[in-house]
Amino acid sequence: MSVTVSNPDSLLSPEEVSDAIEGLAPLSEQREVDAWRTQHLGRKSRLMLSLRALGSLDRSQRATVGRLLNDAKTRLGEALSAKQAELKARRTQDLRSLDVSLPGRPLPSGGLHPITRTERAIVAAFATMGFHVIEGPEVELEYYNFEALRIPADHPARDAMDTFYLDGPAGDAPLLLRTHTSPNQIRYMEHHEPPIRLIAPGRTYRNEATDATHEWMITQTEVLAVDRGLTLAHLKGTLYEFVRHLFGEDREIRFRCDYFPFVEPGVEVSISSPDGWIEILGAGMVHPEILGNMGYDPEVYTGFAAGLGVERIAMLRHGIRDIRRFYENDLRFLAQF
Amino acid sequence: MVSLPEDIEGLARRLTLAGLEVTDIERVGGEWEGVVVGRVLEVRPHPDADRLRLVTVDKGGEHQTVVCGAPNVASGQDIAFASEGAMLNDPRTGSLRKLKKSRIRGVVSGGMVCSEAELGLSAEHEGILALGTDRPPGTPLRDVLGDRVYVFDLTPNRADALSVLGVARDVAALTGAPLNPPDVSTPRPGPAIEGRASVEIAAPDLCRRFTLALIEDVEIAPSPAWMQERLTAAGMRPINNLVDITNYVMLELGQPVHAFDYDTVRDHHIIVRRAEAGEPLTTLDGKTHRLGPDRLVIADPRGAIALAGVMGGLETEITDSTRNVLLEVANFEQASVRRTARAFDLFSDAARRFAWGLPPEMPPIASARVCRLLAEYAGGRVAEGMVDSWPVREPPVSIRLRRSRIPQVLGMEVPRPAVRAALDGLGFEVEESEETLTVGVPYWRRDVRVPDDLVEEVARVAGYDDLPAAPLAGAIPHHPPLPARTLRERVRDLAAEAALYEVQTYSLVSDDDLAAVTPPELAGIPLFKVRNPLGESRDTLRTSLRPGILRAAAHNLARGARAVRLFEVGRSYHAAGAGSDGRPEERERALGLIVGVRMDRFGGPTDEGLDFFDAKAALEHVLGGLRISARFRPGSPFGLLAGRAADITVEGSGIGVIGQVHPDVAARFGVEQDVFLWDLDLSALLAAAPGMTDPPIASPLPRHPSAVEDFALLVGPEVLAQDLVREALAHPLVVEARVFDDYLLDAPAAGAGDASRRSLGVSVRYQARNRTLNDNDIAKVRRTILKRLKANHGAVVRERG
Repeated sequence: MSVTVSNPDSLLSPEEVSDAIEGLAPLSEQREVDAWRTQHLGRKSRLMLSLRALGSLDRSQRATVGRLLNDAKTRLGEALSAKQAELKARRTQDLRSLDVSLPGRPLPSGGLHPITRTERAIVAAFATMGFHVIEGPEVELEYYNFEALRIPADHPARDAMDTFYLDGPAGDAPLLLRTHTSPNQIRYMEHHEPPIRLIAPGRTYRNEATDATHEWMITQTEVLAVDRGLTLAHLKGTLYEFVRHLFGEDREIRFRCDYFPFVEPGVEVSISSPDGWIEILGAGMVHPEILGNMGYDPEVYTGFAAGLGVERIAMLRHGIRDIRRFYENDLRFLAQF
Repeated sequence: MVSLPEDIEGLARRLTLAGLEVTDIERVGGEWEGVVVGRVLEVRPHPDADRLRLVTVDKGGEHQTVVCGAPNVASGQDIAFASEGAMLNDPRTGSLRKLKKSRIRGVVSGGMVCSEAELGLSAEHEGILALGTDRPPGTPLRDVLGDRVYVFDLTPNRADALSVLGVARDVAALTGAPLNPPDVSTPRPGPAIEGRASVEIAAPDLCRRFTLALIEDVEIAPSPAWMQERLTAAGMRPINNLVDITNYVMLELGQPVHAFDYDTVRDHHIIVRRAEAGEPLTTLDGKTHRLGPDRLVIADPRGAIALAGVMGGLETEITDSTRNVLLEVANFEQASVRRTARAFDLFSDAARRFAWGLPPEMPPIASARVCRLLAEYAGGRVAEGMVDSWPVREPPVSIRLRRSRIPQVLGMEVPRPAVRAALDGLGFEVEESEETLTVGVPYWRRDVRVPDDLVEEVARVAGYDDLPAAPLAGAIPHHPPLPARTLRERVRDLAAEAALYEVQTYSLVSDDDLAAVTPPELAGIPLFKVRNPLGESRDTLRTSLRPGILRAAAHNLARGARAVRLFEVGRSYHAAGAGSDGRPEERERALGLIVGVRMDRFGGPTDEGLDFFDAKAALEHVLGGLRISARFRPGSPFGLLAGRAADITVEGSGIGVIGQVHPDVAARFGVEQDVFLWDLDLSALLAAAPGMTDPPIASPLPRHPSAVEDFALLVGPEVLAQDLVREALAHPLVVEARVFDDYLLDAPAAGAGDASRRSLGVSVRYQARNRTLNDNDIAKVRRTILKRLKANHGAVVRERG
């Protein structure tokens, strides 16, 4: 659009300004108001183009036209401000109030299995003391599961570890599902030298009937440390720290004599609770014969080992009364963790 | 054998801490509610019955008169008095019955003076039980007569503690009380056994020692009440004096003994040998077994008469007419007994003791004890002497224990006197010097063989209560993290973030379940089967996680879940990758599963089903979190529905599949709705993208503005959206390309060919790192992209209008 300032008709008359302001009045949407502003006050509006052209007028005209244009600008500007204020006010008035008690739009939820959570908590607790994770096979040889752990064929300790034997495709090697995570001790020591601090979680299998406290598949965590000068007191210190991580500060732990062929002395460990002592794991000093078989001098190196049932610890931490819940995978159970 | 402290619970705790775990303390007579000590004040005749009396009893400050039929009741006696409401044993039925008020021959009787039978102590109900007690009338009877029975759960190293004597030894060591072993002296021996019985050990590797004793002229009768009581308390059923005495001695000393009817053993000659192939033997339970050379038998010259250490034979069994007893007390090799007991499922009390390992020193002691009791309680005449074959004697065991080893193992000092007291108390022979202890191990402790065993003996008697808790010191060994574990745990986190719940399902499934999800080309690969399964549904190591997760879905749908979103990360086991030791390859897998309906704004179910793209969204979250760019190609993986399934590749390697489970397969596992899953091989994924769990490297943010342009592209039915996007992204100035619209046209678009009935909206963002792109730049990029889309994919920009 060309503006010839000398032609008064191209200037905004006060009537036109009034018309423009009248046109603003019914607008209620910000978008419309923005369009109105562009039309009447924008960079390419008649008003702005005229104002810019003022300089080309001679002085006699400049004052009159200038006043006229500025009056228009002021009036339009004020009307716009008023409208803006009105719109702004309207945004916070006239709103239908919400029932704030309605639930939020649901997000789908998911989560980790309690066994995964508990295993991680156990691993994290031992990690604070420098134990690192290793993992081993679930299908084992008799040697690693039994013989290397001082449980020869027909040893009565095998009665407590009813074993699933496998018919492998090859058919020759006697294979079994590991009954505990202790084979990891042997597999690791075979290829490493002390000092050792490891934790080995994983599935284990016992061929026994299930009830509220027995499952044929359970998750265990093996703990092993071998170094110069390790004693049963270090085992106690380590387990004490672990128990504080998992069960809180005010727990006591108690050792009682127990028997596992691959440790000597062997202990069963209980933690204090309002209901008395609760057994949580078996442990002991690595049998000197095993250290010797691994090529470590048992007069120089000593070690301790522990085996923790992850389900058992999860049951204690979460008040779960039936171990069968873990592998039933009912969402009403899983969603509680 | 040893006097017990007053605090029965305290001793149980102490024994438990020392390794003999008391799991329960049973109360014999605990059912005696309402039965107290009473003193008979007066006995008068019943007015209407000759055989009945009226007895007035002081039952603790209160007097009561009751009717009593016992001939032996007398005033001044302390008796067991049951008040009305007491629970008493009914001798006719053997069960408990509430004592009611009754009228006996016109006299109301509101209580009872009890016999042993009514108290459940024995079958004796002829006379009342007279108590020898100084406790005042009114004292509950269970405090006077009630016995307490410890129930132990023993560890198999402590074969010695499978006996009262063994437990008494530990009690003596823990309390310092003296030990009084049972009397094994033989009273009034009869004619010598020599020449009247003989034994030959033909298998000395399986039978270390064998003794025979002869007891003649026994009279089979009930055993004494005290013995019956004790056997009952130990969970054994009293039978007769002979059987009861053999059982009693086994419980007392831990040594099983076996009694033959002397007159049924041919030539009175025993041979201990391996069975011949197919040799028959009918055991006491009436079952006939076919034996073989892997079984040790006791035989007479004609054949086997007992399965050594496990069960006797029917032929030579003690019967009511038995007069003369040939008593076997022997020592058998433990593994052989255990194998035989397991093979025939005959884990008798005797077999368990042999299987735990007994000392060969014990048989003559146990034999003498049985003889003594038979002489005393079965009227038997014990032949002088004993047949005793002990071919190979082991030397006694002696262990040198450095004193410094005790703190080296325990981390605490045990005072020298405490060490000495512990070992002495347990029966070890100790020679002390400044630096070392030389310790002779008593024959009954076959579990003590190395110095650390002695350290444990000291510790368990001294107790672990003073053991300090020492923090670990020294260098922390370094070990790199396990990539497979890092990946697995990351996948778990990502899948949970993608709103899937983790399940864990059994590693053992049925082979039928596996067959339903195994492609025919893999069906020939052998499976790992459990030889001794818990049931057919759990007899095969899983090669797929699909049966487990589908069943978990079915479980939840059956319980009313409307939307089931699950994942599992776990191992599968494959013969294909088996190692040289025959073990299967254990591969890591991750599965996601989605079935059910979408939820509305309030979390309620809608009619709209969850679909393929819900499953894919979760998968994309997992892969995206691992910064993995995967390709999806339509495929027909086994068990999934063709046209709704894809093979997934990363860097050209197959890493898994996604799709709708074929309805037939889903139904087989109990899922009747459309169910979608993805199944990833994490081991393959790790190999294809090893750096995926490395920390991400940040890119600088762009400093120049970008421009966005949308295209409507007409494509043929075979074109994949993924390929158009990748084509656009291949241009270096395209930083983003995504599909924003996808629909089928009603009719072929003008000039685009019949096949081009699908319109894909693709949005492209242009951006350069080093400058602001102008209109000319963008036009150039656009031309290039559109040319390539047309040339490579037949995609043309849809004409407007």
